[in-house]
Amino acid sequence: MQSDEAILRPQDEKQVLDTVSWAVSERKPLEIVGHGSKRGIGAPMQVAHTLDLSALSGVTLYEPEELVLTARAGTSVAEIETLLDEHNQELQFEPMDYRGLLGSEAQRGTVGGLLACNLSGPRRIKAGAARDHVLGIRAVTGRGDIIKSGGRVVKNVTGYDLSRGLSGSWGTLGVFTELTFKVLPKAETCSTLVLSGLADGDAADVMAHAMGSDTEVSAAAHLPESVRFRFIDGGLPDGSATVFRLEGFEPSVRYREKRLRDILGKVGSCESLDAETSAMLWREIRDVKPFCDGTQRAVWRISIAPSQGHVLVGSLRLQTGVDAYYDWQGGLVWLRMEADAEADIVRRTIAKLGGGHATLVRAPAALRAAVPVFEPQPKALAALSQRLKEQFDPVAVLNPGRMSGFM
Amino acid sequence: MTGPRMPDPDAKTLAERARIVDDLRDIVPGEGVVDTTNEMRAFETDGLTAYRQLPLVVVLPETVEQVSRVLKYCHRYGVRVVPRGSGTSLSGGALPLQDAVLLVMSRFNRILEVDYDNRVAVVQPGVTNLGITNAVAGDGFYYAPDPSSQIACSIGGNVAENAGGVHCLKYGLTTNNVLGIEMVLINGDVIRVGGRHLDSPGYDILGLVTGSEGLLGVVTEVTVRILRKPETARAVLIGFPTSEQAGQCVADIIGAGIIPGGMEMMDRLAIKAAEDFVHAGYPLDVEALLIVELDGPAAEVEALIGEVARIAGSNGCVTSRVSESEEERQRFWAGRKAAFPAVGRISPDYYCMDGTIPRKALPQVLAGMRSLSEKYGLAVANVFHAGDGNLHPLILYDANKPGELQSAEDFGNDILRLCVEVGGVLTGEHGVGVEKRDLMPEMFNEEDLNQQIRVKCAFDEKHLLNPGKVFPELHRCAEMGRMHISRGQLPFPDIPRF
Repeated sequence: MQSDEAILRPQDEKQVLDTVSWAVSERKPLEIVGHGSKRGIGAPMQVAHTLDLSALSGVTLYEPEELVLTARAGTSVAEIETLLDEHNQELQFEPMDYRGLLGSEAQRGTVGGLLACNLSGPRRIKAGAARDHVLGIRAVTGRGDIIKSGGRVVKNVTGYDLSRGLSGSWGTLGVFTELTFKVLPKAETCSTLVLSGLADGDAADVMAHAMGSDTEVSAAAHLPESVRFRFIDGGLPDGSATVFRLEGFEPSVRYREKRLRDILGKVGSCESLDAETSAMLWREIRDVKPFCDGTQRAVWRISIAPSQGHVLVGSLRLQTGVDAYYDWQGGLVWLRMEADAEADIVRRTIAKLGGGHATLVRAPAALRAAVPVFEPQPKALAALSQRLKEQFDPVAVLNPGRMSGFM
Repeated sequence: MTGPRMPDPDAKTLAERARIVDDLRDIVPGEGVVDTTNEMRAFETDGLTAYRQLPLVVVLPETVEQVSRVLKYCHRYGVRVVPRGSGTSLSGGALPLQDAVLLVMSRFNRILEVDYDNRVAVVQPGVTNLGITNAVAGDGFYYAPDPSSQIACSIGGNVAENAGGVHCLKYGLTTNNVLGIEMVLINGDVIRVGGRHLDSPGYDILGLVTGSEGLLGVVTEVTVRILRKPETARAVLIGFPTSEQAGQCVADIIGAGIIPGGMEMMDRLAIKAAEDFVHAGYPLDVEALLIVELDGPAAEVEALIGEVARIAGSNGCVTSRVSESEEERQRFWAGRKAAFPAVGRISPDYYCMDGTIPRKALPQVLAGMRSLSEKYGLAVANVFHAGDGNLHPLILYDANKPGELQSAEDFGNDILRLCVEVGGVLTGEHGVGVEKRDLMPEMFNEEDLNQQIRVKCAFDEKHLLNPGKVFPELHRCAEMGRMHISRGQLPFPDIPRF
């Protein structure tokens, strides 16, 4: 038997277990892959074998009235979204699609990858990320054990929350085999108000004011003039665009739109976008359209207190060449570097502003090997993370080194 | 009660109690160390009052540095520690141990900052859940998770238990509303996770710690999301001839795309007890009562309340009343909120359970409970968070009648087994603690539990923090490290390879 063929594609959970057990016993590290849509994120790995989960596919339970869906880890997010759409439901955390940014030709991504990378979208500030909607998981650990955690109900505090514990671990703690998510009704309609010409700092103030109002804004973003024309085929008005999304039942959206106009009217005049254009705009904000430029220029994804996002960018502009826009009320900064990644400058400035974290989501492999892709952690926290890793994957067979930097 | 078996007290610790007390006084001066039996009585139990145990000594630190030094000391000398907030746990999570320091966080009671621009409050762990809402209510904000003990329970305890409440269906649990913590590990290390920004750069430590029942560390600061109060809220009170119809109504409301702010159900016995107690105006001739609350913009609430009433009608409701004023809305809720004490009035004792089930299994579980009720000869009153399937059966018993306490416990355990059987879980919001500890194998196999214990090992290798809670057995971490994997060739000739 040839035991060194590169890609292993198990058909069921038992075969995932066999593969990982073999990897452990032979000390053969594995790269864990679904569709590979986010494969370019993280430090490059020196791994001879790939564990490809794409064949472990299919929705195994979907009960719309119970707001619950279970799928095998390799199930396509696209398939799940189509199925939910047929029942007027959705994954409310709006999982983003990295393919455009990374220049990837892969399929849309799998539900396992979605939790492993804790994806979210513009609704993150109101509805949470993947980690807020996962109800239960099954996984194979790097010890060669099948484990389960959680269940299929929302209210559950039985035992440690390993579903969340494995979310955002980029395949370094366990290999998901099956996941259960809370699903929710889709909004009947949506509308977007656009306020033009604000400077970044003024936009931050207005977004904070709108998010603190009772108009239930479901997303707030600021698109500076340098990126504004890249959205909705250049259809946004001149100048920067500060955009607010309202979603829900038709009468409610109309009612809140009027109230929000009253609030924003004090700052400037605003236009509204219809439901279809709104959907397109927020999809493009979610998927980082302005930086889907076919290059490998360094792009940072920065999470910071919403009030500090524009301060960060302002400070960086004085130190180096950057282009940027803001989602999450200013707290999510997408930052493209003109030349070098400038990891030290970026991270030092974030720390000075009260903290947050920066992930180098796009860069050439050589740079990702040289610069910590994930935010390095303080010593005690890094040591704790290392101990956790050892408890799940003691001989480091799962995505070894992919998250290097933060531990 | 018979009482669960707790870890054997450490003889060395008991023998050296006087020295330990002295050493702790060096760390926490003044009245921060309590060691007389009389004074320690106040701490001998939590919300699960059937179990009592005096601690080794009570320590009430005031600073993070003191917490760190106390834990470091205990770590060095192998002394066990039970952390405690307000002591309202319904599952014995804060039950003291004879050989353990009870670390009470009640002096950490300050709200450090309210930041409306970022919509967060930074608070110390001893601040009560309601205290957060009270601090921001004047500006039109609130903190969403609202466990029924919210007037007393602390936010640190909420993090430890991942507390829920009536509003979880729409606004999430504690884990969805906490953005950051500062925490002291058993070795004295102080770590900060999260803050005013979202998501973790590495492993989701915040997710692991929330709901870990005081076994992983001691939280010393919490950053929570605060929300703008909805413009308006209205409630509908709906009575049904059968609980099946009420259950179908709940399913249809959600099926129509409506996620109410709260959706509660009570059965006949609970309705009667509550009505007799607070005179909320509940109908007494129905088998099931639903309270459905819609909150949000006025125009939306107006539209949806009509839709809910229509759905109720099509499910054969016999009464349906919409609150016409804030005062009336509060009255609708008064009965539900007083349901536990109300049941306490009609029975010498009651035992409150906390399972969660898939909503569609409700008729099956209710039928199961009825036959268990007959089998054990004990009545049961039911209140549930109907929207998320979280049941609170209240088993009525009399502790003075020989054997009845045991019957109540056995009945409760059978109910929880039934919940697991239909796809649900042992505890929805009260925690495992000591109460449901020995039922954990009903839900998890050995590998599942061992991996949870390995997480514990990453935080607290010597098992010093809150031992005897959550896990039926705590294996030594060194033993947990061994792997049993046989060497060999690829054992999967049928896996496609490319």
